[in-house]
Amino acid sequence: MTSLCIVFDRLRTEEKMLQREADIIGCQTTMLDAKTVKINTETSGDDLRLGDVVLERCISYFRGLHVTAAIESMQVPVINTFDVASACGDKMIMTLRLKRGGVSTPETNFAFSTEAATDTFDECGYPLVIKPVIGSWGRGVIPIRNRDTLDAILEVRTVTDGPFDRIYYLQEIIENRGGDVRDIRVITVGGEPIAAMYRRSAGGFRANVALGGDPEPCDITPEMAELASAASDAVGGGILGVDMMEDYRDGGTTGDSQLVVHEVNNTVEFKGLAKVAARNIPKAMVEFAKRYARK
Amino acid sequence: MNCPECDAILSIPDDSTEGEIISCYDCGADYEIAGRDGSEVKLKQAETIGEDWGE
Ligand SMILES: Nc1ncnc2c1ncn2[C@@H]1O[C@H](COP(=O)(O)OP(=O)(O)OP(=O)(O)O)[C@@H](O)[C@H]1O
Ligand SMILES: [Zn+2]
Repeated sequence: MTSLCIVFDRLRTEEKMLQREADIIGCQTTMLDAKTVKINTETSGDDLRLGDVVLERCISYFRGLHVTAAIESMQVPVINTFDVASACGDKMIMTLRLKRGGVSTPETNFAFSTEAATDTFDECGYPLVIKPVIGSWGRGVIPIRNRDTLDAILEVRTVTDGPFDRIYYLQEIIENRGGDVRDIRVITVGGEPIAAMYRRSAGGFRANVALGGDPEPCDITPEMAELASAASDAVGGGILGVDMMEDYRDGGTTGDSQLVVHEVNNTVEFKGLAKVAARNIPKAMVEFAKRYARK
Repeated sequence: MNCPECDAILSIPDDSTEGEIISCYDCGADYEIAGRDGSEVKLKQAETIGEDWGE
């Protein structure tokens, strides 16, 4: 019997669904609150009752990443791996991986000081979208359309002055998204796309700041499937949420769109999508974990 | 059980377990279930959203 451990720091519907499905497929499942973990260099996987495989589901990225490092050093397989988690956790690293993997992604500029960020705008012009390299749910993702906005944002960053405030991630804006601001979220498990949904904007720039309406299922086209698998390969595989946008720039208003990947998520949320998806998402995830377990 | 913040009655589902978050409908405070002993539920202040929180 495979024993599976789910590491969490906030027990959400997702973690409970994973636990239930793991029990159903016959795993021996334990739940481990990362906030209660105390370890040292001598700690073994058995001490923590990690079992044969771990699903890392922390909502705090750095907490999850460090716990993952510890678990890997105890030689227990963890999904996602440290390498994948660290690539997805920082948008700049993720974008570089996508590019290197040949995955179509918006053109993105990186700068490491306020001066260089300002120069980037002088050279590329407005608008560009700025994104914090760490963080999620669309927080701090702001289109910069003029000098005043730029100055305001640079000033705020100088004041907060966190280590990541010196990393400037400035991306071309996909302006023509077909009239309708929506993202496509594809969940991949071991490189295979298993479910997809549209995420629609509540009126603003960001499609992930949701209206609170029902999730809208999306048929996975061959183009989406191929792109999602390629994005998964580019960051190193595992269980992922691949976010795409439709870019209509070459097609005008009537023409075709092309898909671009702007984000790969490491601890994907799926409770909304699970309600409408044809496939049982948490089941696919724990089955993958079971195959991945140490024998 | 009552909300430590505003004293409103908290509705805690019977099947809720350690680690789950309970919100007070009156004042909006979030609590995490720290432990359960039969019908006795221990609460602690839930963590607030961090910069590195997300997917
Ligand atoms: N280059 C872009 N052009 C146009 N719109 C964009 C661009 N990048 C992001 N957006 C919009 O802004 C939203 C937030 O961006 P992004 O997904 O990168 O942020 P996030 O914080 O990582 O969100 P999440 O964690 O939910 O994926 C996206 O859902 C998308 O609709
Ligand atoms: Zn209250």
